Amino acid sequence: MTRTNGPPAPPSPAAADAEDQSLRIAYDDGVTDRTATLRVWRGDAAGGAFVDYEVPVQEGMVVLDAVHWIQAHRAADLACRWNCKAGKCGSCSAEVNGRPALLCTTRVDAVTRPQDRVVVVQPMQTFPIIRDLVTDVSWNYEVNRRIQPFTPAPGERAPFVIAEPDITRVEEYRRCIECFLCQDVCHVLREHRGQDRFFGPRQLVRIASLELHPKDTADRLAQLRAEAGVGLCNITKCCTEVCPEHIRITDNAIIPLKERLADREFDPIRSLWRRLRPVPMASSIPAADERVAAPARPPG
Amino acid sequence: MSEEIETDVLVIGAGGAGLRAAIAAAEAGCRVAVACKSLLGKAHTVMAEGGIAAALANVDAEDSWEIHFGDTMRGGAMINDWRMVELFSHEVIDRVVELEQWGGVFSRTAHGLISQRAFGAHSWRRLAHIGDRTGLELIRTCQDRLVHTDGVTVHMETTLTRLLEDRGRVAGACGYRRDSGELVLIRARSVVLATGGWGRMYRITSNSWEGTGDGAAMAYQLGAELKDMEFVQFHPTGMIWPPGARGILVTEAVRGEGGLLRNREGERFMERYDHIKKELSSRDVVARSIFKEVQAGRGSPHGGAFLDITHRGPQAIRRALPSMVDQFASLAGVDITKEPMEVAPTIHYTMGGVTVEAATGQTTVPGLFAAGEVAAGLHGANRLGGNSLGDILVFGRRAGEAAAAAARELARTPAPHRLQAEAEWRLLREPLERAHGENPFALHRELQEAMQSGAAIARTESSLRETLARVLELTERAQRMAVPGAPAYNPGLSTARDLRFMLTISEAIVRSGLERRESRGSQWRLDFPERDPELGRVNFAAHLAAGGEMGVRPVPIPPMPDDLALLTAGETRVAATDLADAADARQRVGRTGAGWGGR
Ligand SMILES: Cc1cc2nc3c(=O)[nH]c(=O)nc-3n(C[C@H](O)[C@H](O)[C@H](O)COP(=O)(O)OP(=O)(O)OC[C@H]3O[C@@H](n4cnc5c(N)ncnc54)[C@H](O)[C@@H]3O)c2cc1C
Ligand code: SF4
Ligand code: SF4
Ligand code: FES
Repeated sequence: MTRTNGPPAPPSPAAADAEDQSLRIAYDDGVTDRTATLRVWRGDAAGGAFVDYEVPVQEGMVVLDAVHWIQAHRAADLACRWNCKAGKCGSCSAEVNGRPALLCTTRVDAVTRPQDRVVVVQPMQTFPIIRDLVTDVSWNYEVNRRIQPFTPAPGERAPFVIAEPDITRVEEYRRCIECFLCQDVCHVLREHRGQDRFFGPRQLVRIASLELHPKDTADRLAQLRAEAGVGLCNITKCCTEVCPEHIRITDNAIIPLKERLADREFDPIRSLWRRLRPVPMASSIPAADERVAAPARPPG
Repeated sequence: MSEEIETDVLVIGAGGAGLRAAIAAAEAGCRVAVACKSLLGKAHTVMAEGGIAAALANVDAEDSWEIHFGDTMRGGAMINDWRMVELFSHEVIDRVVELEQWGGVFSRTAHGLISQRAFGAHSWRRLAHIGDRTGLELIRTCQDRLVHTDGVTVHMETTLTRLLEDRGRVAGACGYRRDSGELVLIRARSVVLATGGWGRMYRITSNSWEGTGDGAAMAYQLGAELKDMEFVQFHPTGMIWPPGARGILVTEAVRGEGGLLRNREGERFMERYDHIKKELSSRDVVARSIFKEVQAGRGSPHGGAFLDITHRGPQAIRRALPSMVDQFASLAGVDITKEPMEVAPTIHYTMGGVTVEAATGQTTVPGLFAAGEVAAGLHGANRLGGNSLGDILVFGRRAGEAAAAAARELARTPAPHRLQAEAEWRLLREPLERAHGENPFALHRELQEAMQSGAAIARTESSLRETLARVLELTERAQRMAVPGAPAYNPGLSTARDLRFMLTISEAIVRSGLERRESRGSQWRLDFPERDPELGRVNFAAHLAAGGEMGVRPVPIPPMPDDLALLTAGETRVAATDLADAADARQRVGRTGAGWGGR
């Protein structure tokens, strides 16, 4: 294979008889002479094994492109969940070289092992297998339904007046694309199979997004302690490390929730004060501008 | 083995339109089943970035629904269903406020109101947004509302592939569960199609895999009419390099925030094509301008243009366009706060679709409703950015309510004859039975090449004829597809079925494009470069003719009442970009106090 990495062919002169020719733009496909071996786990609930596929590497190719190449040329029935191929929907979650990742934003050249040019791709380990790279994540949806939804005060009607910093705070939690990579990596769910007593980091982010919404009035603290099992999190921060949306799950969601709960149990007065004035205290929530990549509105 | 489900209202699709329809139907007291091809919350809507256009008048107090009406009609080259545009520009304001009531969050003005940004061909700063993740916010808000509404059952990863009929009326749909491959039949009193658009038959597309046109093709098979199918929107700015990222959208908000387009010579070429609106001209104009620059040899190294936002400074860029910063850093290794992006047009949106009645979304088939991108009419020949997220909320709700009313009229759930479902199931499974045959992925690729080269941004009679011949040839070859493996989660098998939908839709695009012998909106005919006033009085509609052939006929557009026609006079003004006018805007808002409804 040759490398054709240059400017597009110059357009033909717009002569009348070459009209149709001028409709076309020659695109550079970024073909390279490199290949990589994708070692893909294939199987179902009954068991399975890794299968090697040799894949030609295109410039800037992501692992999902490689999976698609395999589907089109080697194994049409290789199961893989995806949707947007732009890192926006959180469908293509799997593990690449043992690390939870979105297949559509992981570049093949960044994860190819130099010694043998192998990329290992396997399904998330925390969830039941459906087939190949696809797992059953329905548990997450069931848990989400158990969380009390947004509840404004009776009679409170939008449009609301809300200050930008209050939006910036919840906006971080609301960036979540529900890829469940954090659920996959959390040892409480992965090693200890704590699904019956722990909601997992994603759902704690969800609870934080509701608890800290300036217009929400519901009280989810009892649920947080009992059913959601926030006490089981021992702040290893593994979830934060894998989050593709760079949500600081542990620092900005879980720890503030733990503190609210501690206040409720040991310092009811401070807790009451927080409920009356739901803007969190500086000690528990970093100020907006100290937080990572907290996007906001444009000026104006 | 097959499974049978019975419900009052079946909603096919869980993007914004489907979710909003389902909420409306359930709130009206119906049992609702929602089916979608992906997991809940992953639909195409999640990708929307820029915002929702609504004349809230929070930032520019001069804005009003009337001006939004005029902008939308002019943007659509005046062949929109003006009745839909009228309903839309009024109601979208309430729909945005409703999202806030349901817990959705939006970026704010200095006064704590919903902030609004400039977008192409909108006269005032009009797009309510949250950073550049507005679609995610919309879908999450509606999703949470839906799962906490009584009477709703969601069937995730359930692909419905055929609408069923009982005595001239829709009676449900059938298809399969992706995870198990199991076949399903859902009987319903009324059906809302909310299956979104179709971009996957083109090679360079910003659409998710779901965009295969299932809903429109199914409706066509049942006898519904498909309108304005020739109009396919090219978003001017998609990623172009590296090839793995090609087609991925670069939000128009980059230009709304002041981004400049330049050619290889560093010239700000939009000044030549539209000296008033420049970068913020309508999408068809900007996309064509980039195309012309490339044709003239002034393109960027990979056949596009440069989009430069660096003058805004790193902090402002990271704040207003966080996911663009991430997207370019992770996929292209480009730091957009320091270097320009390289962009080229990408397929983005489909203006055409199922013909519907404006107020209800009623199609030409009794009991069948359609809303969102799958329906035609609101956007005419070209959609304005930000008008789709409003579309799906306004008409999703209306279709849901109308479907609930239609369901209540029936004494019992129709019982479609099982033969229809059995025929469909045979079609679904048939590729597994062939040891050798056509590869569905290869056919899909060929279709993409054909559509991209002959029915894309610039078209001629001969390019369209050639494409039609290739589409018909592929349709013929698609009768002999072979797929290995078993029915459970088999992407080859789903692609085989999706391909049939794409072929039907492609044929409609090409046949309608041939009929419209003029350039209007997104349809650019090199052999008919001007607008033809005669053709401005009709929409073209594709339908299943006797004998199974596809027919296309002109349908006259009813004349607009004078008071509305008046609103379309004049020119779309240019909204100040936030860069140019930020300080000024704040003052103005302070002074006028910013009215909420803006009506
Ligand atoms: C990258 C990008 C950015 C955009 N940005 C904006 C923006 O800023 N502002 C704006 O207004 N618009 C924007 N748009 C357009 C807008 O997002 C879409 O037009 C809109 O979301 C369509 O919504 P929908 O509900 O009609 O369909 P979709 O969101 O496409 O949902 C379709 C649903 O139908 C389901 N479905 C399809 N076929 C079947 C089947 N056979 N069986 C069962 N279910 C099926 C799918 O699973 C899905 O749930 C953008 C589009 C893209 C691609
Ligand atoms: S910080 Fe807590 S939630 Fe996150 S991975 Fe560790 S234990 Fe799990
Ligand atoms: S918090 Fe982050 S890692 Fe967890 S589901 Fe959301 S986006 Fe994924
Ligand atoms: S496919 Fe949507 S995040 Fe990867």
